[in-house]
Amino acid sequence: MDCRVKPGNDKSVTDTRATSASITDRVRPIAGDAPIVGAHFLASTPVFVLGEQELLFADEGNERRVAAHSGAILETAADERHIVTGGDDGKVIATDAAGAQQTIAVDAKKRWIDHVALGPEGAIAWSAGKTTFVRTGKGEERTLDAPSTVAGLAFAPKGFRLAIAHYNGVTLWFPNAAGAAPEKLEWKGSHLGVAFSPDGRFLVTTMQEPMLHGWRLADGKHMRMSGYSARVRSLNWTADGAFLATSGSEQIILWPYEGKDGPMGKQPRLLAPSPSRVSVVACHPQQPVVAAGFVDGMVLLVRIDDGAEILVRRPGDAPVTALGWSADGTTLAIGCEDGSGGIARL
Amino acid sequence: MTAQPDKIPVTVLTGYLGAGKTTLLNRILSEPHGKKFAVIVNEFGEIGIDNELVVNADEEVFEMNNGCICCTVRGDLVRIIDGLMRRKGKFDAIIVETTGLADPAPVAQTFFVDEQVGAKTKLDAVVTVADAKWLKDRLKDAPEAKNQIAFADVIIINKTDLVTPDELADVEARIRAINPYARLHRTERAKVQIDEVLGRNAFDLDRILDIEPQFLHEDNHGHHHHDHDHHRDHGNGHDHDSHGRGLKHYHDEDMQSVALRTDKALSPDKFFPWVQDLVAKEGPNILRCKGILSFKDDPQRFVFQGVHMILDGDHQRPWKDGEARDSRIVFIGRNLPEDKIRQGFEACAA
Repeated sequence: MDCRVKPGNDKSVTDTRATSASITDRVRPIAGDAPIVGAHFLASTPVFVLGEQELLFADEGNERRVAAHSGAILETAADERHIVTGGDDGKVIATDAAGAQQTIAVDAKKRWIDHVALGPEGAIAWSAGKTTFVRTGKGEERTLDAPSTVAGLAFAPKGFRLAIAHYNGVTLWFPNAAGAAPEKLEWKGSHLGVAFSPDGRFLVTTMQEPMLHGWRLADGKHMRMSGYSARVRSLNWTADGAFLATSGSEQIILWPYEGKDGPMGKQPRLLAPSPSRVSVVACHPQQPVVAAGFVDGMVLLVRIDDGAEILVRRPGDAPVTALGWSADGTTLAIGCEDGSGGIARL
Repeated sequence: MTAQPDKIPVTVLTGYLGAGKTTLLNRILSEPHGKKFAVIVNEFGEIGIDNELVVNADEEVFEMNNGCICCTVRGDLVRIIDGLMRRKGKFDAIIVETTGLADPAPVAQTFFVDEQVGAKTKLDAVVTVADAKWLKDRLKDAPEAKNQIAFADVIIINKTDLVTPDELADVEARIRAINPYARLHRTERAKVQIDEVLGRNAFDLDRILDIEPQFLHEDNHGHHHHDHDHHRDHGNGHDHDSHGRGLKHYHDEDMQSVALRTDKALSPDKFFPWVQDLVAKEGPNILRCKGILSFKDDPQRFVFQGVHMILDGDHQRPWKDGEARDSRIVFIGRNLPEDKIRQGFEACAA
């Protein structure tokens, strides 16, 4: 089933954003001086993962840096306990709210740790080249080789199951089911990012082409979601699972996932049309609100019900590369490619 | 891909097994140029590379889902360049060394197809190292070797000390039969001036100034003293008739170039549909193409280039007073239907 964005059926891009509500004066700026690749919260502390070596703990009046890697930080994942980072130094490092660190793994061949993901009961997954590693909460380590380099990892919301995106499809792996052959979801092409819907019914990948691919897991039915102007690099479900928000277009594209068929046969909702392209999306942890970062540095909060917008950050010098919500949804951390960023209190 | 000074230049180093790619790479890295490089090598590389930032690649060639079988990209390059950009400022340029059996096209196409890669980096040139002694044999038995020669912007004929001057002239003529447009350098132990290899801007639309066959400008006087200074300026009054013992002329049976020229102004409404249809049908066989075009009633020169089915073009600059408003296009490829291309091109006249 094909679903395609039909351009221009919403507001025009000449929409006068100057009249929108603004909270730009409630943003405390930070300076990371390296590309920001992740924006998370540990307890109430905003933590920015910098593209090189360090994490920036940005408590008001008390900014401090914690070195994590001796090189580039390639991917990051976080839960309430810690931030886990993979580096080009071949290490997987977990950093907690106090800044204390644990080396989860050191790759034997010092390969880049391209991807990390956090799973249930303290499980951590990472990948180097074609190999995916999982360390269970009990500290047992398991590995699985994919047919090509691993391009994305995501744990299922229920059970202990990991989706591994690669060329020509996704492998679904139960790391604790020793001997059982992993399930393969096949679709020609290079699959990059991967995400489960919150109810676990759907799996969606971002592709090398400007499109998404999806599967309904119950019957393997395919979904193609296209119409983007660029490769989709960020996707995120709303808290209630009703919409999948995506980057890659000059507006936020939200695919409806409420019905049993997901977006099949439905039009996506298009919000916040802009002259610049959406680079990052982050859905509010409770409300039907999505934060969108743009290539021109602007950040908007958009209410999905009526498309109402609040300007959080004006266009700046560099693309927005990371957005992260505090667990209570009162604070948004913003990071950009040039290391600039901020913390917005709503 | 127009010039943007903040884009990191990427040089692609190809060449058949044993031709001397790694020797050239180490020579580039060890020159006292003060530049820092990020080097992407294939994971089966055996010889040590003396550089701080070396990344192993697996040469994963991915087909794109756009209905075009020749539209392939190097998936590993997309990933690695994304990762390297986290360390922007730590290096000035990237060198990608391919395996001896690699086709350069997917590497080049990655820079056209992936928006993120194209936004951060620019393809500088494809540099092919050829073995003076063995290239002739490889051109017969290894299609990869022929692709690498056909695709190149710069060709280093290495190990010239292992062949006689006649053998060298012969291998040069065979290279010219496939690719008359690349810059050619003769070396021992890959000793070449670094600025003949790096900073070529061969894929920069602004630099498509001259698509004359290069051998018109080269030093072919038969005194092949090594490490001589190659001219940095072309067409500097050389006596083109004095080709020493004379350059042999070969016709390669399956890889050729087709060069066309017309002084009639072209119609853009005829040219673009024609060239798009041509690359759609012949794209798998067309390795590269370039052109400088004069459209009717258009005060600007239009330039374009392509790799297989991917075309990239833009207005370059106004035609100068007194400049001959010729349109010239060049295709390098396999079994090209020259007559059909010629007729099609001529039919694009306004």
